[in-house]
Amino acid sequence: MAFESLTDKLQSVFKNLRNKGRLTEEDVKAALKEVKMALLEADVNFKVVKQFVKTVEERAIGQDVMNGLNPGQMVVKIVNEELTALMGSETTEIAFQPGKAITVIMMCGLQGAGKTTTTAKIAGKLKLKGKKSLLVACDVYRPAAIKQLQINGEKQDVEVFAIPDSKEPVRIAKEAVAYAEKNGYNIVILDTAGRLHIDEDMMQELQNIKENVTVHQTLLVVDAMTGQDAVNIAKEFNEKIGLDGVVLTKMDGDSRGGAALSVKAVTGKPILYIGMGEKLSDLEQFYPDRMAGRILGMGDVLSLIEKVQADVDVDKEKQMAAKLKKGKFDFEDYLESMNQMKKMGGLASILGMMPGMGSKMGDIESMVDEKQLKRMEAIVLSMTPAERQNPKLLNPGRKHRIARGAGVDISVVNRFIKQFEQSQKMMKQLPGMMGGIGKKGRGGFPGRLNFPF
Amino acid sequence: MSEEKLGFFERLKNGLTKTRNNIVSSIDSVFNGFKTIDDDFYEELEEILVMGDIGIKAAEQIIMELKKEVKQRHIKEPVDCRDILIDSIKEQMKVNQDAYAFENVTSVVLVVGVNGVGKTTTIGKLASIYKSQGKKVLIAAADTFRAAASEQLEEWAKRAEVDIITGKEGSDPASVIFDAVNAAKARKIDILLCDTAGRLHNKKNLMEELKKIGRIIEREFPEAHKESLVVLDGATGQNALMQAREFKNATDITGIVLTKMDGTAKGGIAVAIQSELQVPVKYIGVGEKINDLQKFDPNDFVDALFDRSHEKE
Repeated sequence: MAFESLTDKLQSVFKNLRNKGRLTEEDVKAALKEVKMALLEADVNFKVVKQFVKTVEERAIGQDVMNGLNPGQMVVKIVNEELTALMGSETTEIAFQPGKAITVIMMCGLQGAGKTTTTAKIAGKLKLKGKKSLLVACDVYRPAAIKQLQINGEKQDVEVFAIPDSKEPVRIAKEAVAYAEKNGYNIVILDTAGRLHIDEDMMQELQNIKENVTVHQTLLVVDAMTGQDAVNIAKEFNEKIGLDGVVLTKMDGDSRGGAALSVKAVTGKPILYIGMGEKLSDLEQFYPDRMAGRILGMGDVLSLIEKVQADVDVDKEKQMAAKLKKGKFDFEDYLESMNQMKKMGGLASILGMMPGMGSKMGDIESMVDEKQLKRMEAIVLSMTPAERQNPKLLNPGRKHRIARGAGVDISVVNRFIKQFEQSQKMMKQLPGMMGGIGKKGRGGFPGRLNFPF
Repeated sequence: MSEEKLGFFERLKNGLTKTRNNIVSSIDSVFNGFKTIDDDFYEELEEILVMGDIGIKAAEQIIMELKKEVKQRHIKEPVDCRDILIDSIKEQMKVNQDAYAFENVTSVVLVVGVNGVGKTTTIGKLASIYKSQGKKVLIAAADTFRAAASEQLEEWAKRAEVDIITGKEGSDPASVIFDAVNAAKARKIDILLCDTAGRLHNKKNLMEELKKIGRIIEREFPEAHKESLVVLDGATGQNALMQAREFKNATDITGIVLTKMDGTAKGGIAVAIQSELQVPVKYIGVGEKINDLQKFDPNDFVDALFDRSHEKE
């Protein structure tokens, strides 16, 4: 299921019409049905999906299929471009007041979206940019909310302003800004209580804060796992409070994050940051194109294709593919493929770009032990050129020498060679596994990854 | 009881009426608006299901079964489809009689879920419910990770007037559970409620930590009934299914608590979870106050899902 990517599905839709030069209405409709499913599975709001699919359909029908792409990839390309455009084509930053003037940022959102954590994370980020932030505890309702902000502020070494006994967020905000002016702060971040978008009294409270304090940036914090309701939440907050930007949290989970698209479509406001973990440093810049890929369930296929094209020596790749087919993959080739992989940023980074894998990065990192790979490399480097080209030469005496040379136990060498032989056999059964990216019907990614180690 | 139920239903309804008109067309307008059962009609139904977060796959399956039924019974009127559809979902969401049996025996209730779904609040509310039933309740504050989590829970314990066992921030949560279980045995506690730190279900070592907690409860308190509740945010989309699946793997979930149902979200994903994992929704959270947690009522839930609350007036 994890590998059931949109690209795969589209390939099967287009299996029968590979060589057409132009996208017909029929093709496009068939493809967009799959796109629609993918978006709905990613929790993009139904109405947003409908609108989006219509836009793409209009653009795609009658388009020439670009050289080197099949119709399925052509549709993916158009979908991806439209989606990226919709997400905001560029990375956006918080707009600060000029010079030394104070920028007041108000955080708002539902309960449990991650406002308090995000507040501290933003302060930490701005600190690196040389800004001096004051965090303001305006959540006077949830038990221990003030304490949570204080602890987080302490960890970031940022001061927290609170009036412990006050139940008036407006007064707290006002006094905080006055305090900031007096003490030379240039950023004030108001952490407000979580509230439902339909709770009129609570929404009024935010309006009151905005009436009494000049708020320059109002940020909505949205849980990336939010479903269809994301549009209602975003719409109500935008209409009643007025938003300037969005922070998407819990992106380190495995949700596809369709809420991002819904929120963007409804508010038109940029997504500024994404929360990638519980540590206070885990706040990242938002990249619209990456998000588009994630929502579509395509991983970062496009950048992977780019990387492969940019980094892999095509001739060498062809040679290797030919060798693979014959099962004549030796240790020299192993070294070569390791080097190419390193050029592309290491195994973990490649796996992370594959469909369905990106969200499981946490697991991959623990799975792929780069140290282990280094050890394997050391073993190969301890072989003589003759041994590398002809693994059959490896008798126990040679293996002992290699083990000493690589600084590993003999059992490690034995295991490695055995695995290598096994994968040699396997390679014979898997022709086209390596040379097929972008050419073969399935995009070249095998359902299960088997590398020769 | 009936008054209490009305209050709960009012709340659900209130949440819905405010934005009802601009969110979904009610299912009845679909049933009444179509003269014949055709593809457009089915498509409209599917849209309502998807908008309620049931998920496209589950929605398609429900519609497929409806089609089969319509064919078999030679149903011609769209209106007649309504009862079939609604009754089948209600039937599916029914909670077994013995679902709440754990409330009446010595039980350890482990509450798990991803970050920010309302675990701590749910514990506070459960403590208050059981306390008001005359039970001896103890809370274990095993969220030793999030800043000020145990302070938050201490406040709830104070409100519910029950005892609480806490650990230092950053300490091993399993040790808090160990202490709490032994305290529960010594003090002859009826229900031990264990709060855990929020964790994303795809973080392997955090899920292992949960398994360890489960093992400790099993080893230290084998005679107690074990109840594992996963708390899901009612506004969560398709990811809730993955959450339920992973938590089920780690702690053998026996029930779901659906929170934040006083908003406009419909919590339809619970239907998909029930059909895939056969885990019933046991409680539903409809607000921040201490008595805003209720036992799950499939009738109310399905009516709200289809925006049919006005029919009860």
